[in-house]
Amino acid sequence: MSETPFLVLSAILFTIGAVGVLTRRNAIVVFMCVELMLNAGNLALITFARTTGTLDGQIAAFFVMVVAAAEVVVGLAIIMTIFRTRRSASVDDASLLKY
Amino acid sequence: MIAFWILAPVMVVAALGMVLARKAVHCALLLAVVMISLAVLYAVQDAPFLFAVQIIVYTGAILMLFLFVLMLVGVDASDSVVETIRGQRLASVLLGLGFGVLLVLGVAQVSVGTVVGLSEANAGGNIEGIAAVLFSTYFLAFEVTAALLITAALGAMVLAHRERLTPKATQADLAAQRMRDYAEHGKHLGPLPPPGVYARHNAVDTPALLPDGSPAPTSLSRVLTARGSTLSPPGSATQVERIGGSDEDVAPRDDAPEGGAGR
Amino acid sequence: MISTAIDVLTAEGGGMPPLVEPGAAGSLALPLVLVIALPALGAAVLLLGGRRTDAWGHLLGTATVVGSFVCSLWLFLGILGRPEDERQITQSLWTWFSAGEWTVDLGLLYDPLSALFLLLITGVGALIHVYSIGYMEHDVRRRRFFAYLNLFVAAMLVLVLSSDYVGVFLGWEGVGLASYLLIGFWQHKPSAAAAAKKAFVINRVGDIGLSLGVGLIFFTFHTTSFDEVSALTSEASAGVMTAIGLLLLLAACGKSAQFPLQSWLLDAMEGPTPVSALIHAATMVTAGVYLIVRSQFVFEYTDAARTAVAVIGTITLLMGAWIGCAKDDIKKTLAGSTMSQIGYMVLAAGLGVAGYAYAIFHLVAHGAFKANMFLGAGSVMHGTNDDVDMRHYGALQKAMPVTFITFAMGYLAIIGFPGFSGFWSKDRIIETALAENLVLGLCALLGAGVTGFYMTRLMLMTFFGEKRWEDDVHPHESPKVMTIPLIVLAALSVFGGIMIAGDWIKKFLAPVTGEGEAHHLPVSPLVISLVVTVVVAIGVAVAWMLFGRREIPREAPTDVSPFTRAGRHDLYGDAINDVLVVGPSKQLTAGLATFDRAVVDGGAMGTASAIGGLSAVARRVQNGFVRSYALALLGGAALVLLALVAVSFA
Repeated sequence: MSETPFLVLSAILFTIGAVGVLTRRNAIVVFMCVELMLNAGNLALITFARTTGTLDGQIAAFFVMVVAAAEVVVGLAIIMTIFRTRRSASVDDASLLKY
Repeated sequence: MIAFWILAPVMVVAALGMVLARKAVHCALLLAVVMISLAVLYAVQDAPFLFAVQIIVYTGAILMLFLFVLMLVGVDASDSVVETIRGQRLASVLLGLGFGVLLVLGVAQVSVGTVVGLSEANAGGNIEGIAAVLFSTYFLAFEVTAALLITAALGAMVLAHRERLTPKATQADLAAQRMRDYAEHGKHLGPLPPPGVYARHNAVDTPALLPDGSPAPTSLSRVLTARGSTLSPPGSATQVERIGGSDEDVAPRDDAPEGGAGR
Repeated sequence: MISTAIDVLTAEGGGMPPLVEPGAAGSLALPLVLVIALPALGAAVLLLGGRRTDAWGHLLGTATVVGSFVCSLWLFLGILGRPEDERQITQSLWTWFSAGEWTVDLGLLYDPLSALFLLLITGVGALIHVYSIGYMEHDVRRRRFFAYLNLFVAAMLVLVLSSDYVGVFLGWEGVGLASYLLIGFWQHKPSAAAAAKKAFVINRVGDIGLSLGVGLIFFTFHTTSFDEVSALTSEASAGVMTAIGLLLLLAACGKSAQFPLQSWLLDAMEGPTPVSALIHAATMVTAGVYLIVRSQFVFEYTDAARTAVAVIGTITLLMGAWIGCAKDDIKKTLAGSTMSQIGYMVLAAGLGVAGYAYAIFHLVAHGAFKANMFLGAGSVMHGTNDDVDMRHYGALQKAMPVTFITFAMGYLAIIGFPGFSGFWSKDRIIETALAENLVLGLCALLGAGVTGFYMTRLMLMTFFGEKRWEDDVHPHESPKVMTIPLIVLAALSVFGGIMIAGDWIKKFLAPVTGEGEAHHLPVSPLVISLVVTVVVAIGVAVAWMLFGRREIPREAPTDVSPFTRAGRHDLYGDAINDVLVVGPSKQLTAGLATFDRAVVDGGAMGTASAIGGLSAVARRVQNGFVRSYALALLGGAALVLLALVAVSFA
């Protein structure tokens, strides 16, 4: 069971997530795409763990999940706050901090 | 590897669907597909603990949180397809393609020779193995993670908190407001009429009938009206006549106001 | 002609010019310090004391100068009793500054030359202070006026008492400042303010000469004190000495209103009349003569510079006389006369050893009689509502007899009426000039005749003839506080000639100026005197013909000869300055300003606006869209990845 297909899948998912972040305007969808990128990273980490025969990769993936959970909590709270004041969840509408 | 070859196309398609779907809810569901598939792949790669965590934490908790927020923000809101930043979409796709090609090229290069496999590390059980590493080598990081989670919870609470700017309206205030509305605008004092109750329909999407036989708009939820997923009583009546062909067509007309008042 | 005369002169001068070798001041140190300290203290008290001193300020100002005069007398009598070679004394006060090998001691040098100046400055100064008490009585800023006068006296005393060129420079600038303040004393008059500024600016030109000269002296001799420089000048090259001499001459031209820096003096008459008498007739304008005579150890080694001095003096004495003939303003006539008389002094100083003593003699005599006449003019103005136009006077001799008598004494002295002080002093200068150089001598002789003409014209227009004053003018004699100084100065004008009795002044000054008998004319001095007197008489007679016998119009006639017109316009000195200096300077300034605006400012502002413009373009990148930023981030990541892949493939 070679590791390369897993890594290639991981790379493809990561890229799709990145393109999603760049093209979508709904903040929640952007956020979901970020989660997709994190998950792609996790897949690579777990693949590496199997490749090297140690559990450190799995530990790293575990920490990524924890951090992702924390990030989602705060990020969604921010999106809620913005939505409450601006009645919009579009990331392009929050563009006052500029030239 | 069979699982991989089955799941990989599914995941890629689901991920592409996520990027392309116009409704956020669809995105969330497609993301769930990707995550569960990933969980399977974790299991395939000798990581049963992470398989469980992926299902429970990611799919179960985080994704549900997403859906919850989507409900708060508005499920119907779908993105407009017009790109507001000039050239952003084209540049994103091109750059994404280039990036993807480079990344695939890069990881395809990586070859560590033989794959060791985790059978040795997982000899005493995967969870025990992870625990042994987590609570020894990564102990400090683990503790810091606890602090991070607490901070995140506090931060979310602070962000979600809203200061009350006006005193909370009491029951007496509300009653007085109702009376004022009635005096000034003639607004109905009592409760709104309930949906119509008919022989074959008594769901909330069925409007009650006014004494003149027309449907009462206030008997239906505004949301259902906005969605256009309500039944029209005359339509239902003709349906009923066509199916039954009896005198029941009179019943809705008499029942409706009674039903409204009777409730 | 000139060169041959100077050849003779140098040969005749023979031995070394006298060195400055002062002895210790000893018991005379106290008055030596007090003579400067008193007026300096007076100025400080009056300027710092403010309005509290208004009531008695003029009395304090006068008292300090009188005290200073007493100290001068004390010093004078102190050295008079000593043998000739012990009459130079010095008192070092403190080290002013020390930079590397250059140490400047603030020291005082008292010698016969300083002694005469001290008597002149403090004596005439004290009389003019007394006179000013009356003259400035109704001026609300009288206390300030006395403060400035005291400041001037102190600075002038520093100038003539300093033992070092740097000290002289200090006093030189001090009198320039006081002169500026006093010319512009009535600053509410735009003409006075402009005149003060003009005097200050033109004096700066001369000051550049002095500062450069002092710099060159230090560069050459590594010292600036008189005693050390005088010991070293014989070793310096002629070229350097000429350069120093010409620079010092430039300084003297500025301060003494000599050609070509003469134009400020006539405008300086905008100041109060006592100022004109003290600063612009008796003392400050003679500082140039002092500088040349004091620097005889420089000029004795440079024929070229000395010739230049004599020529400048001659030109100025003729110019001043010419201007004096044409002016109707009594003070400007006297100012032209002052220029002319200082021209005589400079001419005498330029004649070298033979003339130094006569220059100083004429300087002292002139200081007395010209101060007398200026104060007399002030008295006349005081009685005629401050009118200065002589065409509005006439027949004043009856209205103000004391002023008339004293003014007449000054008049007789300046034209050189036999027996009066001016007769002796001017006679000696003309005689020496004739002996040294025929051309310069004849010019001086002509100047004497013209002097007789314009002074007679002034007398006739002011005191004789029909009265021409306005109906509301009531000429009256001035109060005693003004007439007594006039009487004293008139007495000095009459008896000033006593200094030359038995060549006393020449012998007295010999330790400073050196002794070197000039060669004698083939004719007897008596003949020269007679010739001079005849020339002066001709001038007086012509004036009488033109102004004494004829009606003088109240308005100045306009159909006058080109000579008169030129004289009325100060020989076009201002026009020449405008064309040669002011105009080009203004154009240069305008050009520099344009350059500054267009190139320097343009460069600076252009760079700024270019950067601003670029920034305005570049900041568009910060469009506020987080997705754009994310795109840039991904681009960066792609680049890093590209590099990594490239490296791994390579």
